[in-house]
Amino acid sequence: MNLLELFRRRGSAPVARERLQVLLAYERRSRSQPDLVSILREEIMAVIAKHVQIDQDYLKVSMDRGQTMSTLEIDIQIPNKSAAPLAMAG
Amino acid sequence: MGKVVVVTSGKGGVGKTTSTAALGAAVAKTGKKVALVDFDVGLRNLDLIMGAERRVVFDLVNVIQGSAKLSQALIRDKRVETLFLLPASQTRDKDALTEEGVGEVIERLRSVFDYVFCDSPAGIERGAQLAMRFADEAVIVTNPEVSSVRDSDRIIGLLDARTMKAEQGEQIAKHVLVTRYDAGRAARGEMLNIDDVLEILSTPLLGIIPESQDVLRASNLGSPVTLSEPLNSAARAYIDAAKRLEGEDLPVVVPFERKGFLDRLLGRRAA
Repeated sequence: MNLLELFRRRGSAPVARERLQVLLAYERRSRSQPDLVSILREEIMAVIAKHVQIDQDYLKVSMDRGQTMSTLEIDIQIPNKSAAPLAMAG
Repeated sequence: MGKVVVVTSGKGGVGKTTSTAALGAAVAKTGKKVALVDFDVGLRNLDLIMGAERRVVFDLVNVIQGSAKLSQALIRDKRVETLFLLPASQTRDKDALTEEGVGEVIERLRSVFDYVFCDSPAGIERGAQLAMRFADEAVIVTNPEVSSVRDSDRIIGLLDARTMKAEQGEQIAKHVLVTRYDAGRAARGEMLNIDDVLEILSTPLLGIIPESQDVLRASNLGSPVTLSEPLNSAARAYIDAAKRLEGEDLPVVVPFERKGFLDRLLGRRAA
């Protein structure tokens, strides 16, 4: 057991290298798509604003990146007119 | 027209300022006119490393704001007469540097000096981006350590996106300078080795600076290591890196600290 640990400790550089390679591959990819989420957020907000006036906080856009597939989650809350009249919102 | 070289890293404490001083002094010693510009507004240190901290009267911000002439703010080195320092200001005002102002100062320096070294602050914020903005070349200082390599990768991304050259569709020449390298530990697999770092960053190597007590001693004394102890291993590595920066085709050898038999036996570091 002790011997095994000694080996493992010796080999920390390869682990560092692998972790970096995986991480940087991911970070480079997300860097090349300049903040997709905030662009989507802005455009969705503009489309909604044509019809209903909602506060920025009522729109949630998030992206979950997976290995083979990513999911885009859009959560829009539209307050009832009685609760937030058009003129008051925003 | 001189060349503008930004010395950058993303991560702090990896040796940007030390490397700026050492490389700049090495180039200046060959007779080239060299200006070292400290961009770390609020946390200047290049003056201290150069041993010029008591000679600072005006600084970069004064020049940009027009309260001092460039010639008044430049401090001539006492050891190498072609070496000059433009210190950063100690102001806490983050917006003291304007892109326009920096651009003007850099252009004027470029017309007088052969090399302008811009010592970047750590981080990827405004100060770091202004330091790299007008550069022709970049030296990315990297320690063989995960966080430093990751930050270097980030900085490389910024160099390719946010510099004037990149925006004009040109390539900024990038070089990795690996500092604090311990060949023994790398050979034992305890530290990322040079090939790992270069493969991950896929950027050419400017040099390898060994971990060395001499670098700290040089800082303590306020002298670039390439001037105070030009024969020691770190200084020689910097001098070679400076030659490569000037276009000389020198093979990179992995340096190591010479150790006595007893040091080796006891696993002690050479002092």
